[in-house]
Amino acid sequence: MLNALTLLILCQFVGEVIARAASLPLPGPVIGLVLLLTGLIIRDRTPDAELSATSGWLLRYFGLLFVPAGVGVITQLDVIGANFWALLVAIPVSTFLGLVVTGWVMQRLARDEEG
Amino acid sequence: MDKIFHLWVYLETTPLLGLAATLLVWRVAGEITQRLPAWPLANPMLISVVILASLLLATHTPYSAYFQGAQYVHFLLGPATVALALPMYANLKRIRASARAIVPALLAGSVVAAGSAMLIAQVMGAPRLVVLSLAPKSVTTPIAMGVAEQIGGNASMAAVFVLITGLCAIVMQPLAMRLIRATDMRAQGLAAGMAGHGLATARILLVSETAGAFGGLAIGLNGVITAIIVPLLANLLAR
Repeated sequence: MLNALTLLILCQFVGEVIARAASLPLPGPVIGLVLLLTGLIIRDRTPDAELSATSGWLLRYFGLLFVPAGVGVITQLDVIGANFWALLVAIPVSTFLGLVVTGWVMQRLARDEEG
Repeated sequence: MDKIFHLWVYLETTPLLGLAATLLVWRVAGEITQRLPAWPLANPMLISVVILASLLLATHTPYSAYFQGAQYVHFLLGPATVALALPMYANLKRIRASARAIVPALLAGSVVAAGSAMLIAQVMGAPRLVVLSLAPKSVTTPIAMGVAEQIGGNASMAAVFVLITGLCAIVMQPLAMRLIRATDMRAQGLAAGMAGHGLATARILLVSETAGAFGGLAIGLNGVITAIIVPLLANLLAR
């Protein structure tokens, strides 16, 4: 567990360093994700059990990890209240469009690929 | 009474209270979720946030005092985001097999979802901070928060928008799929993961395992695609 956690934190750390050094507009952990994925692809072996177990554990409690940030909404209640109508339209409409566009393109292209 | 007051004053200054409260409320929220019918709103994260936010507001505890303890949970978001590489690696064969369909579908969806959210909010008069916090709302929370902060939005607001987006996607998925006659489970899963991240993916997994797998890879890929695209969109759209 400790080795795996160290690897994950190291990937994030290097990710942060790269993001800042190259002033990339990407979050450090996302670069860390890409680094780890690249590493796994290069190694081309089943990831070791410890890494799989630790990652599985972290991802199982993914929901919990968002809670502290979510509670931060109490610092933004006035902003959200002031923009209530804009949000009430923007979020559902854009979500619907996202579903429709992704599903439509995938349905067409995946079918063509097989045909 | 005096003793209790002193105890409270002490607890308020240690990170222990915020940490213990977060973990305990998460447990309670899990119990509540299990007893509720499978509504989209019966989500342990949503319930935890509502309970904790209500507690803080009721006791006039500043968020910064709570976060002193909660930050230890929050910190794990970074390593957990990196850990998304493992499910992506596990699905690599499937990604490669239909990469020529997946990548354009996610690119189009990502641009449309983020772009339309920003445009609508902007047209309806929302300030720049809100518009920028909306941009990454279809992505999994840790990436959305990172992206929001990166482009000048607010991470907490983004986290809440992500949650609401996921709930919307669950409710709208059946209608949207009927509208475009998406019978392919790969298309249904990809759309769920792209538009509604983990929340909608967990739901579609109950319908079909194939859809669930494609939802899972949409979460990871869309996270990376959006992290690249949204800053460009933000430059273009948000004044």
